[in-house]
Amino acid sequence: MSDFDYNIVEEAAKQLYIRALCDLPPDVRAALKKAHARETRPTARSVYEAIFKTIEIADRDKTLICQDTGLPIYKVSIGSGYPWNGYQIKTRLTEGAKRATLEFPFRGSSTHPLLRVNPQTSVGPGLPVFHFDFSESDTLDILMAPKGSGSENMSTMRMFTPGDGVKALKKFVLDTVIGSGGNPCPPGIIGVGFGGTADLVTKLAKDAILRPVGQRNPDPKIASLEEELEEAINASGVGAMGLGGDVTTLAVHIETAYTHITQNPVAVNTQCWPARRARAIIRPDGSVEYGY
Amino acid sequence: MAEYHLHSPFSEEDVRQLRAGDVVRFDGLLFGIRDLTQIYMFDQNHEPPVSLAGAPCIHTAPSLRKAGDKWEKICVGTTTSTRMDRFTPDLIGKYGVRAIIGKAGLYQRSLEAMRKYGAVYLAIVGGSAALETQQIEEVEAVYWEHLHPEALYQFRVRDFGPLTVAMDSHGRNLYDEVRAEAARRLPGIYEKLGV
Repeated sequence: MSDFDYNIVEEAAKQLYIRALCDLPPDVRAALKKAHARETRPTARSVYEAIFKTIEIADRDKTLICQDTGLPIYKVSIGSGYPWNGYQIKTRLTEGAKRATLEFPFRGSSTHPLLRVNPQTSVGPGLPVFHFDFSESDTLDILMAPKGSGSENMSTMRMFTPGDGVKALKKFVLDTVIGSGGNPCPPGIIGVGFGGTADLVTKLAKDAILRPVGQRNPDPKIASLEEELEEAINASGVGAMGLGGDVTTLAVHIETAYTHITQNPVAVNTQCWPARRARAIIRPDGSVEYGY
Repeated sequence: MAEYHLHSPFSEEDVRQLRAGDVVRFDGLLFGIRDLTQIYMFDQNHEPPVSLAGAPCIHTAPSLRKAGDKWEKICVGTTTSTRMDRFTPDLIGKYGVRAIIGKAGLYQRSLEAMRKYGAVYLAIVGGSAALETQQIEEVEAVYWEHLHPEALYQFRVRDFGPLTVAMDSHGRNLYDEVRAEAARRLPGIYEKLGV
């Protein structure tokens, strides 16, 4: 074991939560500008004008873009080139999320699922949501996403059969997005998972919304499916905030995994226009590099 | 699409002139309400300690801090309205509310009440709390403090908006129109996708 100072991880976890809430990633800003340029409906255009003013105020005042500070998700890639302490990482990330909530301060939204008691910390048993993975580097790479409920509540999952084919998956994605109308604060990112198991497919869909907007799946067949679904969703006319318009989604992102020969799972994770995320790369020397 | 700048509380004429698709900004009085505020009012029979007549009500659970006796804003944003549809006809019919502000809209019974009594639904841009908070000049009062952050809030706002008239007092509902248009387009989209 090393003598790494894990206060650095805790501080980064706090900063990441606050950064994600206040500073929208450049790829999301660019995608919103592009959507605005394409939009022809006056009602939808006025929605984009409010969006750009909101981003401007959040930049200027270092304030929250949206009041729904969501549930914290940390996607962590641990480099095996350094003896990182996994238990320390998990507990310090949890503490950092709690401190962000109490010290900024902003509204905590975590609650007991039956008693509905809110500790006002954004965490609690089972939270934050963690996705851990490993790399060959020596760094600790942390991607943080606060997920608001307006969009998360519109997310869906279903186990189709192999006989239903890809057709059923495509229709399911389209029906989910059109059925949710203005609820998830469109235009955002539509994250799609194909394959895996019931739990893995929903994780894939979440992974998909965490990609920079419009970064295509490296598999050309999947990438062309992303384009096809994007075009189909935007042809619906649901538009910004469900008030009608030419752009309903900024991008469809698909992540896939191998599945069972008898299974054909699909999941959709909806992301709102403030597609918030922040990233930190922590090195063994204690330096922290922030990005998106 | 006409643009209006109004002063709240609104008169019946103020809201009757508005048509679906118009854009509204306003100064003056704004009440904040949420699920629990309305459960307390309608299911548990508590009369509001202040008149809501003519006022707009926004669906919100604001972040505020109390400094002495004074409430200060931290972050005020808007939540999804559809959950609160069942309270809306009485809010309009019984208490004379002239505008509901929220996101994602309301349903048929609310639209009927808007037509009958003269009220509108104004769509705000969800997620744009930074803008909304800046347009709130003052938290004038918090009634039923024990319900915070779902109490009854009295705000004074300036140039509040842009708000889209999404449901008007003449029976038009933009959300229904968008849904109907999507349903009309859907068979063609399915065909192109080969599903």
